[in-house]
Amino acid sequence: MGIYLPIAELSVNLFVLLAMGAAVGFLSGMFGVGGGFLITPLLIFYNIPPAIAVATGANQVIASSFSGALSHMKKGTIDFKLGTVLLGGGVVGSTVGIYVFTLLRSLGQLDLFVSLLYVALLGTVGGLMLVESVRAIRRARDGAAPTLKKPGQHNWIHRLPLKMRFRASKLFVSVIPVIGLGAGIGFLSSIMGVGGGFIMVPALIYLLKVPTNVVVGTSLFQIIFVAAYTTIVHASTSHTVDIVLAFMLMIGGVAGAQYGAKAGQRLRGEQLRALLALLVLAVALRLGFDLFVKPQSIYSLATPGF
Amino acid sequence: MARLFLPALLLATATLIAPAAAQEELEGVVHEPARGAEQGPQQPAPNPEAIQIGLSTNRVTITADFSGADLTIFGSVDNSDPLVARQGRYDIIVVLEGPAQDIVVRRKDRVLGVWINLHSETFTNVPVSYSVATTRMPQDITDTDSYKRLSLGADNLHIEPLDRDGNPQTIEQFRQALRDRKAAAGLFSMRVGGVEFLSQSLFRASLPLSPSVPVGTHKARAFLFKNGVFIKESSAQLSIVKSGFEQTIYRFSTNHGPSYGILATLLAVVTGWLGRIVFRKD
Repeated sequence: MGIYLPIAELSVNLFVLLAMGAAVGFLSGMFGVGGGFLITPLLIFYNIPPAIAVATGANQVIASSFSGALSHMKKGTIDFKLGTVLLGGGVVGSTVGIYVFTLLRSLGQLDLFVSLLYVALLGTVGGLMLVESVRAIRRARDGAAPTLKKPGQHNWIHRLPLKMRFRASKLFVSVIPVIGLGAGIGFLSSIMGVGGGFIMVPALIYLLKVPTNVVVGTSLFQIIFVAAYTTIVHASTSHTVDIVLAFMLMIGGVAGAQYGAKAGQRLRGEQLRALLALLVLAVALRLGFDLFVKPQSIYSLATPGF
Repeated sequence: MARLFLPALLLATATLIAPAAAQEELEGVVHEPARGAEQGPQQPAPNPEAIQIGLSTNRVTITADFSGADLTIFGSVDNSDPLVARQGRYDIIVVLEGPAQDIVVRRKDRVLGVWINLHSETFTNVPVSYSVATTRMPQDITDTDSYKRLSLGADNLHIEPLDRDGNPQTIEQFRQALRDRKAAAGLFSMRVGGVEFLSQSLFRASLPLSPSVPVGTHKARAFLFKNGVFIKESSAQLSIVKSGFEQTIYRFSTNHGPSYGILATLLAVVTGWLGRIVFRKD
């Protein structure tokens, strides 16, 4: 059944959208990520213009993050203070990102930049995660005890000034890296249409040494607001949020996420991470492939000013 | 009034026909009825042909399940010569032209193995869509010069670059690419045999509306040819609009961006919340 998207101004198959949303929702529930990094490339593969895919992706991320954050709020695994500081940086980063987005779009380089960012980030994160999880799987097989760094251990980040205490995370750390991290992810959110959970979670764990139990909840909490801000600004400046498209994805997404979360509980942590890493790498490869292969037509049309 | 106009029309018809009739003689083609018309206003010539078109609707609505459509245009040739009509020497070309828009054509080139948009050319007032339906193969209807004069057909459209000082060869390349991309998107199309005569004077044209047909005011034009000579043109307007719901969303998003964004955000929050209640598994 076809459905006409009023903003993208094209007709697409309703069931493809629902299935896409459900599949990504299932994976996001399983791995505890927002799924924006999968939705946006999938929409681009489905011939939705990248500008619309990115802005609509951000809108869809709000639904899945909100759904996820609710369950964390109930369990009390959100550090609101840390989330708010991250959010402050996020708003700044997102504003810069929107500006760069509009600029690149008028130069005709948005598609390239989005693809490059995806390939670079997904490639790096996926590669690192794969290496780490394969090691963990090997160690578990050998029966050796996992050698995690002690939470008390400090690195250069902990020597920066302007320290602040985050009680829920049992953390006393400078606000500079926190705001910087928030800003970097806000920037990516507005350009790539992602929530940034797949970078935020490892960064909070490995860089800031936030306890693992509050990481996902806190990350989801701040993603809701950054994605909401990104959506509103995209809607105001570039008019590229397609509410019909977003809604179809959300419906599939929230349903899939709850089932995915259940399925995720049956798999072991490191196996889950290895699977996610393979998935992330596959998306990166597919996008990278398109950059290097001669396009079907080297010419493309666009409206000036956009 | 009609009496005053008639001689003027006759004169106009005669001048239009004369040069082409001469050409036909060169090609050794003899058309009796055309000869009759070519003798000029002195002789009592038959009434000149005229063409009329009518749209069954002057408004096409794009609804949620729109996936392209066929537009049918009916028309008639007035005062048609029965002999010419019987021999099938009346030809009609119907064009549906979308609203004009500036357009940027970009070309990708390989830089360090990566395909990057490097060059671009902006063209002004390009019709967003341009569909043509004809009675026969275009080359059988009239000659290229006539098409150029009438700027009829996608290849004869005046597509002017914004920067006129550019390299003409490059501009031509980009212009051709623009036509190719438009054709690939189904926005520039040509349907040979898309116009059919239902009777001696009545005809029907069917034109494809692509799924990505642009909204706005479209202009339908019908061109009448007799023995390869352009006789007359008639036009009608068609507005393509999004249906109520789609139009409301589109307008809301363009005119009230921030409120639209807030609405989209709230929708996402409510969906996330309801989704959790309905599907929760923990």
